[in-house]
Amino acid sequence: MIDLGPHAVFIVWAYIGVAIGVAGLIGWTLYDARTTAGKLAALEARRAA
Amino acid sequence: MTILRAMLARELRLALRGGGDVLTLVLFFVIVGAIVPFAVGPDRALLARIAPGIVWIAAFLAMLLGLDRLFRPDHDDGSLILLRQSELPLSMVIAAKLIVHWLVSAVPLIIASPFLAVLLSMEGEALWRTILSLLLGTPALAAFGAIGAAVTVSIRRGGLIAPILIAPLSIPVLIFGTGSITATQSSAAMLFLAALSLMAVALAPFAAALAISSAED
Amino acid sequence: MSIETAPKLNWWNRIANPGQFVIWTKPLLWPLVIVTAVLFVVGLYFAFFNSPQDYQMGDTVRIMYVHVPNAWLSQFVYGVMTVSAVGTLVWRHPMADVSMKAAAPLGALFTALALFTGSLWGRPTWGTFWEWDGRMTSTLVLLFIYLGLIALWRAFDDQLRAARVIAVFTLVGAINIPIIKFSVDWWSTLHQPASVFRADGPRMPGSILTPLFVMFFAFTFLFITLQLKAMHTEVKRRRVIGLQRRMAQGDRA
Repeated sequence: MIDLGPHAVFIVWAYIGVAIGVAGLIGWTLYDARTTAGKLAALEARRAA
Repeated sequence: MTILRAMLARELRLALRGGGDVLTLVLFFVIVGAIVPFAVGPDRALLARIAPGIVWIAAFLAMLLGLDRLFRPDHDDGSLILLRQSELPLSMVIAAKLIVHWLVSAVPLIIASPFLAVLLSMEGEALWRTILSLLLGTPALAAFGAIGAAVTVSIRRGGLIAPILIAPLSIPVLIFGTGSITATQSSAAMLFLAALSLMAVALAPFAAALAISSAED
Repeated sequence: MSIETAPKLNWWNRIANPGQFVIWTKPLLWPLVIVTAVLFVVGLYFAFFNSPQDYQMGDTVRIMYVHVPNAWLSQFVYGVMTVSAVGTLVWRHPMADVSMKAAAPLGALFTALALFTGSLWGRPTWGTFWEWDGRMTSTLVLLFIYLGLIALWRAFDDQLRAARVIAVFTLVGAINIPIIKFSVDWWSTLHQPASVFRADGPRMPGSILTPLFVMFFAFTFLFITLQLKAMHTEVKRRRVIGLQRRMAQGDRA
């Protein structure tokens, strides 16, 4: 790990926070896409039946 | 023109019929302002310094309180649909409502404001500036409030969400409102406040009319 | 995914167009994901291993590489929403509604991240996490506006009707944001003797600008990718609601 100087804590936390935020956003987007697609598939299957 | 006058008369009659409302609003305004010293302590110097802010916060909250009666009763009993079909454009109807709303919910506050200002250790010049700043700024608060009320009128529990929408829009009014009570900056702030009110009052009826006709389609 | 062709309901006809949209833009998704990932890898490499310390801010300059892109996106996303709002109101374009709805949570998160990194940057440079200075305060107000818009979307039952109403409010917000910015600047100069922070002049050396630019594009592409994916989801969600409504009507008949 490179030396980040006296304020390393702030830098690391800034990146960790952004990583968590972005990961959460991606995860939520994918989760939402999956569940919605699943619901749609189930409904269309019921309609076809 | 006669329709507009009839509209104004109707709104005014409706607003004043429940005469208790106006009094409640004034009481709310004064009580919110008067409760602050109990929270921050009776330090006169401190109170005098934060008094402009307290007056404006109290006015802002009181204006929010009366907002729900702007469109909701007309929406609930269906007269909003009739008003949309009248010869008068909807924006003019809303302008009439806005004027009456200001008359019944802002003017009483302005009249009561010297009383609150004295309680908060304001004297002389500051007292006049308070009245003037409320006079200049409340039209903008009413206009932003009308937009918020129009956007939320078709939501069943819109009364709760309107303040969340209106508060960020009202920040400039609060800034310039308190600024124009503070002695050092008052003339510039008052000009900004007047400009803001003019712009908001000119645009709000059209925005609110668009929101209402979109919601009712 | 099947496209309904029977022109039975008005509402259904309108959704036929979003179906086409999904089909046309779906092939774009994977290339966008790859471009975003590559940009992030390059950007992070530059940010940590290939950028010098700033002579004034030291290593905290590295926070800027995530702060500035988020701050840019917080405004850019509102711009996207404003354009979509115009599309909704003027052309009644159904995809504009969808874009407006998908963008709001993204914008809120980027704005929150801009505030978060800004305050972590502020602690070492200003000595406080939160400073009521013009830029941070107006970003906070912007966050409130985003959250208000999300709350408004959730409050409406009928999303098609909601879109036009929310478009009106989005435009009102767009007119107001410059006014808020101006008033907040006026206010913060009134209450502060001197500006605490003016270090970001154009004197930035190229070695800082490279990672900044790469990260800037990385975050922008991230937004575009997520926005597209969220729009596809929103189209599907509307189809689900439409189907449910139809089935409910079918059951009754």
